[in-house]
Amino acid sequence: MERLIALIVKEFWAMVRDAKMRIVLIGLPVMQLLIFAFAVTLEVKNADIAIYDQSDGHYSSEIINRIAGSPYFRGIVRLNSYDEVRDAINRQRVIAALVIDSDFDAKRQRGTPTTVNLLLDGRRSNSAQILASYLQDIVTKAGMPVTMADREVTPGSIRRNWFNPNLSYYWFDLPCLLVLVVSVSSLAVTAQSVAREREMGTFDQLLVSPLRLPELLIGKMIPPMAISFLHGTIFLIVAQVIFGVPFTGSLLLFYLSLLIYMLALIGIGMFISAISKTQQQAFLGAFMAIVPLVVLSGFANPVENMPEWLQLLTYLDPARYFMEISLGLFLKAMPLSQVLERLWPLLLISIATLGTATWLFRARME
Amino acid sequence: MAPGNALPATGTTAVPAAIATSVCKSFGGLRALDKVDISIEPGRMTGLVGPDGAGKTTLIRILAGLMKADAGDIHVLGGAPGDDLENLGYMPQRFGLYEDLSVIQNLTLYADMRRLEGAERQESFERLLHFTDLTPFRDRLAGNLSGGMKQKLGLACALIKTPKLLLLDEPGVGVDPISRRELWSMVSGLTHQGIGVLWSTAYLDEAEKCDTVYLLNEGQLLYSGKPDGLNATVEGRTLRLSGFSGRSRPLLIRALDSDTVMDGTLQGRAIHLLMAPDKGPDDLDFLDAGQKTKIEIVPPHFEDGFIARLGGGPKGTSELAERYRTVPQDRDYAIEARKLTKRFGSFTASDAIEFKIPPGRIFGLLGPNGAGKSTTFKMLCGLLTPTEGTGSVAGYDLMTARADARAQLGYMAQKFSLYGELSVKQNLNFFAGAYGLKTAAARAAIASVVEVFELGDRLKVDAGTLPLGFKQRLALACAVLHQPPVLFLDEPTSGVDPVTRREFWMHINGLVEKGVTVLVTTHFMEEAEYCDEITLVYRAKQIATGTPDDLKALSAKLSGLADPTMEDAFIALINEHDRQEAEGPGSKAA
Repeated sequence: MERLIALIVKEFWAMVRDAKMRIVLIGLPVMQLLIFAFAVTLEVKNADIAIYDQSDGHYSSEIINRIAGSPYFRGIVRLNSYDEVRDAINRQRVIAALVIDSDFDAKRQRGTPTTVNLLLDGRRSNSAQILASYLQDIVTKAGMPVTMADREVTPGSIRRNWFNPNLSYYWFDLPCLLVLVVSVSSLAVTAQSVAREREMGTFDQLLVSPLRLPELLIGKMIPPMAISFLHGTIFLIVAQVIFGVPFTGSLLLFYLSLLIYMLALIGIGMFISAISKTQQQAFLGAFMAIVPLVVLSGFANPVENMPEWLQLLTYLDPARYFMEISLGLFLKAMPLSQVLERLWPLLLISIATLGTATWLFRARME
Repeated sequence: MAPGNALPATGTTAVPAAIATSVCKSFGGLRALDKVDISIEPGRMTGLVGPDGAGKTTLIRILAGLMKADAGDIHVLGGAPGDDLENLGYMPQRFGLYEDLSVIQNLTLYADMRRLEGAERQESFERLLHFTDLTPFRDRLAGNLSGGMKQKLGLACALIKTPKLLLLDEPGVGVDPISRRELWSMVSGLTHQGIGVLWSTAYLDEAEKCDTVYLLNEGQLLYSGKPDGLNATVEGRTLRLSGFSGRSRPLLIRALDSDTVMDGTLQGRAIHLLMAPDKGPDDLDFLDAGQKTKIEIVPPHFEDGFIARLGGGPKGTSELAERYRTVPQDRDYAIEARKLTKRFGSFTASDAIEFKIPPGRIFGLLGPNGAGKSTTFKMLCGLLTPTEGTGSVAGYDLMTARADARAQLGYMAQKFSLYGELSVKQNLNFFAGAYGLKTAAARAAIASVVEVFELGDRLKVDAGTLPLGFKQRLALACAVLHQPPVLFLDEPTSGVDPVTRREFWMHINGLVEKGVTVLVTTHFMEEAEYCDEITLVYRAKQIATGTPDDLKALSAKLSGLADPTMEDAFIALINEHDRQEAEGPGSKAA
């Protein structure tokens, strides 16, 4: 027990006293928080929208006024032909165009179902998607359904905002960001831990000490685990207090899921560390792991938008499950049964990654 | 084999290839060079000698124009440093070889950079490949060359166009004695063409072979001139004691504790002493070493002069050993290796290594890099599973009780065995814990080593920023916190200054007297001299085993040298082995 405690204390000191690690542990989460929470939402808040109102009646003006009053749009560009609409979207003057047919007011007055057309810039699919949901909401509130004339927007992703009634981007962003931050920091810390010792030549010193392999592995796993719990807790608080994102689920389930998710990631980190000779290699290895981890998790682009074969691959991505759990526990009080549905594959992945890492460790010691 | 390098320069009034006066350079608060003067004459070997961290590399980089001095007057090849790169050959410590390129591709690259073309290029390649014996390896990747061959290729690349000034930064580092001698004779051959050579080294014995020597220590020039000039300052004060009765270590300790002796080292069964000024052979009666004791005056070594300049070595009694427990001598052998064999695929890294070390002895595993020393060492530490054979450490079998065996040993390597980013105190705490010391015992053990090694006012300092001497102390302190009966040392003192090295071995000698058993792996001959017994490992096999005196006597027979040094013995034994191999495996049985 003394041996294990000594190792854990040493690992913590090594982490805290290393300037590079301090950047990873403090600078990176803060930077990610700033970039993701502000930069990403700013783009959508400051978008311009074009309106081609062929009807020019009472009801169409009502819609336009509501859009003008919304904080999400910077300005409204009024256009007078389809050519102008096409041109404005092509040149990226606007991200979306609302086209109101000439018989709109007439139909509305007769009480027959009416529609407006929304054209979105598919090149900026993420922002467009968010805007579409804003507009949909505005138009629906004005009492009219909207048809989607854009090919690139799938209704599936809009459905998610059902649990985000204020259409605040933070609500989706912060639960995902939490997953991202704990992933990056724990992977970086674990991947560096053994690689640094190997590069510095202290690994041999460690191996000739009476520390046994399980002690060594546990001692190396606890610091990244503790860091991720710290980061997770901070984000849990920041998301609610500063960004007003509600946490509706069970905290106990959240920490249980975090624990199992971390085991999976630390397994990956250990694997990288075991095959790296230098810190540089470990860093590159961690980078190589983090990109697919995040991309396949459904954060940047929804899993439903991916091709079939890639969707299958996402089942191997531990971040996918934890991302769903995090979003679920934050926004819709995900019940135990649904959490467990995602936890057991996560547990299998953890066993696989940790098992491989341990095996590799033993093999690489020879 | 001996290089004929003592040639006087052809013209004594020759213009120096490089001359610098009052060079100063600081990094932060650290004075790397403090008013250093140097002059490199054409056609001469100029030695830049000093321990690690003395400022050698800084001075060479300044001369090569890679770094600006803070102050000083520097002329290189008649201009400012870096002006005449055409005629400058520079070989940094880790030469810029491209490990993924072959020998010939590396040479081609450097030829391209030096714009050497056509027939001249071909002629230069042929000459250099022949000169460095690399012709058979021209298509081998540089990364797959041995340490010695890499240095030779590095030298060849620096000589692509014959320079007027050649700056070599520790060409002998990480190179076994045979390759080191070959490199030396190659380079000293170049001086006949009028090239001025600066050879920097941490091996003080190399200084004796230079025409002119500049001795650096902690950024200060301690001596400059002919090597025998420094030796002359201690002429008549260097003695050799032999034939005494009893163990040599207690005698050395007694000698060093007295004020009449400035410094002393073990040389097999003999003791080499440096007397205080005005003291001589007649002042040693107090040792009372027995009737048969023979005391003779021997020629001084460069190191004697260096130590005298620094005011002498440490005293003999080790405070660490005084406080150490007496290790019970309850078994015949503390370390045993029985036919230890390790194969990686078809490659045999160590082949049936066998030795037994009685408690309270120092045993040396000696051999060139890659010979199988560290494989054997790792098997004994329990880090590698032997393919065949077995062994034991302090009674614990390697096959069945690895972790228990590891708890019985202290391990120390000269190179980076500490956590540089942790403070001194944190390092001590970690090692105390890692070896399972309970809180109270750990506190007591740490307090004790802190006092012995005078670490008290440096406890909060990062271990990585300690001066080399203190790093050495801390490494030893961490290795012995749990008072192990067995110590494993991996090149513990290569590159450190002689005073620090003395201090280290003073502790080891003391510990051995307390019954601690020591296993040393090294290719550093001075460390080998401290061993009771040595086994020479070469190409995975033990080619000779015996006391240092035995091995020297054997090599005297083989090579015909009258008084061979440990290095001579090393080279003679390996050459003999190569000769036998060449004659075919059949002749061996005869």
